[in-house]
Amino acid sequence: MSILIDKSTTFIVQGITGREAVNLTRECLDFGSKIVGGVTPGRKGREVHGVPVFDTVAQVVEHNGGAVPDGSVVTVPPAFTKDAVFEALEAGIGLVVIVTERIPRRDVAQMVELADLRGARIIGPNCLGLIVPGVAKMGGIGGPAKDAAKAYGPGRVGVMSRSGGMTTEISSTLTAAGLGVSTAISIGGDAIIGSAYAELMPLFEADEQTEAIVIYTEPGGRMEAQLSEWVAEHDSRLPIVAFMAGRFMDSEEMKGMSFGHAGTIVEGKEDTAAQKIERLQAAGIQVVERIDEIPDAVKARLHEGAA
Amino acid sequence: MRFYEYEAREIVKRAGIPVTDYGFTADAGEAGQIAERIGGSTVIKSQVLTGGRMKAGGVKFADTPGEAEAHAADILKLEINGHAARGVLVDPRAQVKQEYYAGVVWDGTAKKPLILFSDMGGIDIEQVAEEHPDHVGRAHVPTLLPVSDFHAKQAIAGAGVTGRQMQRLIPIVSRLAQLFQTDDMTLAEINPLAELEDGSFVALDAHMEMEKEAEGRQRELLRALGIADDEERDGHEPSTFESAVSAIDAADHRGVIQGKDTGFHGDLGLVIGAGGGSLTLTDAVQSVGGSPANYSEIGGNPSVAKACGLAKAVLQKDGVEKIAVMMSIVSNTRVDIVARGVIKACIELGKDPAETISVFRIPGAWEEEGFKILRRYGVEHFDRSVSMHEAAQRAVDKIQGTTAP
Repeated sequence: MSILIDKSTTFIVQGITGREAVNLTRECLDFGSKIVGGVTPGRKGREVHGVPVFDTVAQVVEHNGGAVPDGSVVTVPPAFTKDAVFEALEAGIGLVVIVTERIPRRDVAQMVELADLRGARIIGPNCLGLIVPGVAKMGGIGGPAKDAAKAYGPGRVGVMSRSGGMTTEISSTLTAAGLGVSTAISIGGDAIIGSAYAELMPLFEADEQTEAIVIYTEPGGRMEAQLSEWVAEHDSRLPIVAFMAGRFMDSEEMKGMSFGHAGTIVEGKEDTAAQKIERLQAAGIQVVERIDEIPDAVKARLHEGAA
Repeated sequence: MRFYEYEAREIVKRAGIPVTDYGFTADAGEAGQIAERIGGSTVIKSQVLTGGRMKAGGVKFADTPGEAEAHAADILKLEINGHAARGVLVDPRAQVKQEYYAGVVWDGTAKKPLILFSDMGGIDIEQVAEEHPDHVGRAHVPTLLPVSDFHAKQAIAGAGVTGRQMQRLIPIVSRLAQLFQTDDMTLAEINPLAELEDGSFVALDAHMEMEKEAEGRQRELLRALGIADDEERDGHEPSTFESAVSAIDAADHRGVIQGKDTGFHGDLGLVIGAGGGSLTLTDAVQSVGGSPANYSEIGGNPSVAKACGLAKAVLQKDGVEKIAVMMSIVSNTRVDIVARGVIKACIELGKDPAETISVFRIPGAWEEEGFKILRRYGVEHFDRSVSMHEAAQRAVDKIQGTTAP
């Protein structure tokens, strides 16, 4: 199995006529995903790689005989993202992947608050989406279907990453080592995101295919502290291996400078790589120094568990 | 965007929070006139975007307008942590009975604004939270529903404050929580929030920071504060390299390149990407004993010209003889385009690509085409079977001459 999406998952693409959206639509269709419609206001009647385009989400639902799609990939400019996400949530869509970056935090908080009220889940913003190797992908994650298939082999490890590109690098490493990936999620690089590590852990916990977790993490924010707390409070069956990038940002000269992603900035003591590594380790999460050490670390932890 | 104190006070005032009858000026003579208008003792405060003003002599007390003018003249000349003063704020010296703290920040875990309130104002709130946790009250604020006074009450009560003080504080804290959202702040702080001898409350200092992503929709407020549309307020002055890379990036809308060299002092030029890949690779170079000359990011499929521009900017830095071109597996950015760009940069600078590019490790989209070009120029390149750390090791070995080229 997998988490969040499977082969029957239907979704729409909001902003489908944009350049990036056209590409990801092609990639997802080629990979086997079911895209049941696209939305770009004012572009009703067009098609994108055979997917019909509508003005509103309600029109997509109507076109599909009243069936509400399971998900939506939102890739519209930052100023219009909140409206697009509200539209998806109010239509009853349960999983919204927000690709757009540079959305003000107030808007993100409002989208998350509405999603909570509607019992829906948001992945992102500023993310590449998620992929179940060999089954489906939702978003640009892994790129064209052929490239995605090369980097993501089906397997035993759940991957969560604050970097979209590093989701692929890590999954490729796990695939090459014969471990493979159950579900990989690019969770987004912003200071506020819809689903942080700790909020996705219960889903992986309930997924039989997933036997271990690998996370890619960075300085900035308290997401790692939150995961450490979750691990301490729950008797999880899943061993976790973490990789921390951006250790160089701990240098005093780099304080207050943002690198890589909007949320990657050291502002307080808790934000530093060193401080986060300490917390993760205290919770029993193994922190490796190199990406190429990840497969052996996972294998060792799986072996411990089996012994 | 970080605001000067005189701007932060204006923001607070616009939200209906009481402030003193202060004045701002960049002219010492005018500072004297403001002091005259205020009457009585005044405080002259340097307007700089850095902390530690008091220690550096950027805050002085004056009993007469003449003294205020003299202090203003001194403070206007004073540099604090490398920052020149934008002007001075002339403030009446308030008769303070007690200092409080009120602030609002984003809580990324709860995904809501968080009000922090304390009856121990005037000092750093993190210190109070650590040493006197029972003197800090907290309350989360919703973003969909309007902010209501009870949120403020909860934060004030959490610090153990009640009675007449609470009554007077509620509208101030509530308005601060409202402006935090309406004005798209990432930090809105009044410290100290002073209770005066007559029982009234007034903001004696304010610290505000606006989210960069929201500056576009806050133009009206920014203009009202006298901030020009093109005013940059980065924490530091961009270096020659940083300005050069920004200019190359701005010249062409395809893809994104970024470059930073503040805090980097090494000799290995890095042409790397994307966000997470760059962080990982910079660490990787350092962990194997290398010393990066810069940080950079390539993303979103840049043009050949852009990749070339970044590589040139790095190679034109003092002391940089070699570059390492490395990324995590790419799916959007094309390997062949980056390869063309970096080779072009070498050739245009009269350098041999095979000598200058220590390693090229970018696997992914269009890699066969890219590797073909690299082979033609004799550039050592790797696919995904060579890890990011192994590639970094190879680059560092080459620059340190510990291995045959």
